[in-house]
Amino acid sequence: MRQKKLYVLLAALVAGVGGLSSTAALADESADAIARYREMIADGNPSELVAAQGEELWKTQRGPKNANLEKCDLGLGAGVVKGASAQMPRYFKDTGKVQDLETRLMTCMQTLQGIDPKEFVNGKWNKGEMEKMEALVAYIVTESNGQKINVDLSQPQMKKMYELGKKAFYYRSGPMDFACTTCHGEEGKRIRLQDLPDLRTQSGAAAGWGTWPAYRVSSGEFWTMQHRLNDCYRQQRTAEPIYGSDVTIALSVYLAATAKGGTVLTPGLKR
Amino acid sequence: MATNPMKIRAANNGGVTEVKALIGHDMETGQRKDSAGAVIPAWFITELTAKHNDKLILSSEFGTSISKNPFLAFKFKGGAKGDKITVSWKDNKGETRTDEAVIS
Repeated sequence: MRQKKLYVLLAALVAGVGGLSSTAALADESADAIARYREMIADGNPSELVAAQGEELWKTQRGPKNANLEKCDLGLGAGVVKGASAQMPRYFKDTGKVQDLETRLMTCMQTLQGIDPKEFVNGKWNKGEMEKMEALVAYIVTESNGQKINVDLSQPQMKKMYELGKKAFYYRSGPMDFACTTCHGEEGKRIRLQDLPDLRTQSGAAAGWGTWPAYRVSSGEFWTMQHRLNDCYRQQRTAEPIYGSDVTIALSVYLAATAKGGTVLTPGLKR
Repeated sequence: MATNPMKIRAANNGGVTEVKALIGHDMETGQRKDSAGAVIPAWFITELTAKHNDKLILSSEFGTSISKNPFLAFKFKGGAKGDKITVSWKDNKGETRTDEAVIS
């Protein structure tokens, strides 16, 4: 009797293991299918349409000062766009701050065109000035496609931001007590059928940081890095950070520094 | 609202030309509501045609099941380097747009 029970238990265990491995195989298959799908539409990444608008905006004179952005310094000199976002965030002497692409653009739009940063801080995604910001971001990150992720941590301000970003990455908060690491701190995790990169590792961070900003097929929207980070916090059901706030820049510094040496594949194409 | 230019690429390979077109259009179904609860009016492409020089090579009807910013790819026999490919669409508001590309 007792032996029989044990036998049944063993059989159940074997079945359980079998079931598990087939689920894993199914997940691999789906991940492959998603990769194939991405490859199929890679030629038709709709980011291109957004980037074309951004390029136009970069050269268009607008704002209260009726100026274009061709004198905007993204870190490689005034008006240099090629490769600029691969080396951001970076420390800017003129503002005395570490800035990511979007906060830098906010500075440029304020100083050159006279556009109030509040338009963005209090703005809504994909609306008004924010939509223009997204187009500009699409244009600029497209110009860094294929470059190596290369952030310069030699400045003490950058090191400070890196440490803050690392802290924020592991900091648990909100009603679900989540941190970034809850989803992005383990190899081989996924949410539904999306693979989640382990952002603590160089390859994982490169896969994440290197493919954002991106066009999201499901919503038909172009998402900037600020939007991505904001949504990570929303998904954690905790307070959403203010647009361009220090914590978002710090997290970007941490991710970019971890991903250093990886290839920039922006603009990405996401489900 | 002004329409955005299409991005068209066409390449001939072994006598077959592959055309890839990225079309900027909202493709609003008329089923969605905005944040205030008001229905967003339908706005989508209804007809799309493609021409090789002056010859019609593709004629299609589009509808609301097609995504925003659609990507269209198709192949046809023939076509030579330097030939012109023209893609045009018409939407339910009567707006039209035509863009061209040269086969490479």
